[in-house]
Amino acid sequence: MKHLLSTENLSAANAIRILDTAEEMAAVGDREVKKLPALRGRTVVNLFFEDSTRTRISFEAAAKRLSADVINFAAKGSSVSKGESLKDTAQTLAAMGADAVVIRHWASGAPHRLAATDWIDAAVINAGDGTHEHPTQALLDAFTMRRHWSKLHGSASTGADLTGMRVAIAGDVLHSRVARSNVWLLRTLGAEVTLVAPPTLLPIGVEHWPCKVSYNLDETLEAGVDAMMMLRVQGERMNASFFPSTREYSRRWGFDDARLRALDELGLKDTIIMHPGPMNRGLEISSAAADSPRSTVLAQVRNGVSVRMAALYLLLSGDSREAAPTPGSARSDKESN
Amino acid sequence: MTETATGTASGVYLIRGAAILGGDAEDLLIRDGVIAERGAGLSAEGATVIEAAGLVALPGMVDIHTHLREPGREDAETVETGTRAAALGGYTAVHAMANSNPVADTAGVVEQVHSLGRAAGWVDVRPVGAVTVGLAGEQLAELGAMADSRAQVRVFSDDGICVHDPVLMRRALEYVKAFDGVVAQHAQEPRLTAGAQMNEGAVSAVLGLAGWPAVAEESIIARDVLLAQHVGSRLHVCHVSTAGSVEIVRWAKERGINVTAEVTPHHLLLTDELVRSYDPVYKVNPPLRTDADVQALRAGLADGTIDVVGTDHAPHPSEHKECEWAQAAMGMTGLETALSVVQETMIETGLMTWADFARVTSTVPAAIGRVADQGRPLDAGEPANVILVDPAARWTVDPHKMATMGRNSPFAGKELPGAVVATFFKGHPTVLDGKLNTPYRYAADPAGAGSN
Repeated sequence: MKHLLSTENLSAANAIRILDTAEEMAAVGDREVKKLPALRGRTVVNLFFEDSTRTRISFEAAAKRLSADVINFAAKGSSVSKGESLKDTAQTLAAMGADAVVIRHWASGAPHRLAATDWIDAAVINAGDGTHEHPTQALLDAFTMRRHWSKLHGSASTGADLTGMRVAIAGDVLHSRVARSNVWLLRTLGAEVTLVAPPTLLPIGVEHWPCKVSYNLDETLEAGVDAMMMLRVQGERMNASFFPSTREYSRRWGFDDARLRALDELGLKDTIIMHPGPMNRGLEISSAAADSPRSTVLAQVRNGVSVRMAALYLLLSGDSREAAPTPGSARSDKESN
Repeated sequence: MTETATGTASGVYLIRGAAILGGDAEDLLIRDGVIAERGAGLSAEGATVIEAAGLVALPGMVDIHTHLREPGREDAETVETGTRAAALGGYTAVHAMANSNPVADTAGVVEQVHSLGRAAGWVDVRPVGAVTVGLAGEQLAELGAMADSRAQVRVFSDDGICVHDPVLMRRALEYVKAFDGVVAQHAQEPRLTAGAQMNEGAVSAVLGLAGWPAVAEESIIARDVLLAQHVGSRLHVCHVSTAGSVEIVRWAKERGINVTAEVTPHHLLLTDELVRSYDPVYKVNPPLRTDADVQALRAGLADGTIDVVGTDHAPHPSEHKECEWAQAAMGMTGLETALSVVQETMIETGLMTWADFARVTSTVPAAIGRVADQGRPLDAGEPANVILVDPAARWTVDPHKMATMGRNSPFAGKELPGAVVATFFKGHPTVLDGKLNTPYRYAADPAGAGSN
């Protein structure tokens, strides 16, 4: 792995490798001195063309725990209004000796442009690009699910995948980079994914994706779900007629108190409720659901640092070998399921 | 033809043994700007002989859809550089689209572009007039003044922007009947394509790029053919890109509606799969579609549903392509690759002959633009707008070797068949041995004189 741009082309072996490395990194976070010398002298630039304090500080914490020097470059601006092009910015960072660029950009594909051009030679990590992908979010979600799934099965997480796990992802799939990255990664890890959304918030072409699609959240829950992931929905979408009102959205596709109760009534005692944050309480998720013992919201944040440490470590530590590319190799050495 | 070429040694050329429209080999004798004789074994006396065995002789190509960028964006292209590219690509006439700055929406601007074309002398530059003032889609431009100007505009288009107001489109179609004009529509329903970045479908879903749905093109074409029928006018549809559009045009023609349609070379060859690279060299409007659309466009061009190939040559400075996809300008260069791409997609596939090629790249586009001395048969007495093509040549596209200032060719690195060996414009070789020769020089040209 030279870059981490998407989960679409991430092999099962490399995905498992990142998750396993993240388990080791998580142990560092439990120590009193939360620091490893692995990336001492290396420079990581957080290049953010879009505000995202949560993602930025997660990457910053990850890089610092690995002893890297961190530069935060907030190139915020919704357009070229700042004047400087991505090319000039990238060449500037290259001249400063950046070893890795963590890029968040409002334009889909911007990290691919950095990786594909000769503007900069650094490792590129996609920290969310437009409505395309957010691979480290999907990896931290998978990490969270894998811990839960392995614990349920009484086995170790390390080396395991998510074979057989039923995951529902509900919300604004059309505009969601989190949904896209999750669909590809969960497929690779063997989970069964169902997308739940109003038809207006599903992309044309979703029928080609390796998942099921439903317009009905209740039916999806009744069919059985092991992890219920709610996506953030922007209330402004109603202004573009994606749905009639936030109340109607909430009634039909929000994880409200009634649906929280339904999990118990359906006997789904081990189902977890996930959210990438930030949450719109009362819109796509009720406070009771967000704060329930089923919620993994804070675990996801915690795991995010571990996963990002793993990604930075694997891309920068010099161990950039491709793991054995045999398809299904992850499955063959799995320890559980 | 009142003008004569000056500054050439003799002005007499004997093209020996060229396959006329891909048929039997014959000689063409060019003298005083016309084809003086056609036949076997013509005398070479006093003529510069061009050995053309193995070459195909075709009428000079006429592009119904070119962006020359001048006035206003001379950093992207000028009339001089764009028409050099045109001559090298086998063109003897181009229609220069109106979206310059200032917009070609007055007699003054179209006459300026026309004059620049004559000064350059590489091809006949036919300005396209804007349909609406400033391309703003609100008020008709002075179409009659442009038609009556020295530029003699017959094609009107807001290309780049759709004339989406149905009343305005109706009025434009009606009005141009007064001077035998045609409205060339850029069919794109604006509300359905707000922020659109690429074809809406399986690939856009994965890439997270806002979709440009086929229905946004098809719904406008459907409306416009019905409007053209209602008011009894002439409609030209620019750069048809979807299978559904081909079906609608086919339906309209069956009903006798006076509609013509155009396809670009890039839509005949490339698909939206290329967008997976996020390389903006593949960003164009209308967007690259699916393979099913490509096949439908080829079939439509072969069966005459689509009348012409138009390049939509759209040069851009490199900084407008060296950026994020969403930031990048839309458009591709095309003048110097059109012949090769059409040979690759239509002739080498057996869908068309060279005679068909002449029809879709010369005869019909000249007829649509009412360009009287272009797109003519290669017969004695006809204007000598002739090209020689080596169909056996193969070459690798290198945008840096092109005459256009634009480096945004989606075919860069691709090997293509066919090369333009010579271009004769008004009997003068603007291209010889595949290289630029010298421009045609008009005779002293008092203001107001001349039809070309």
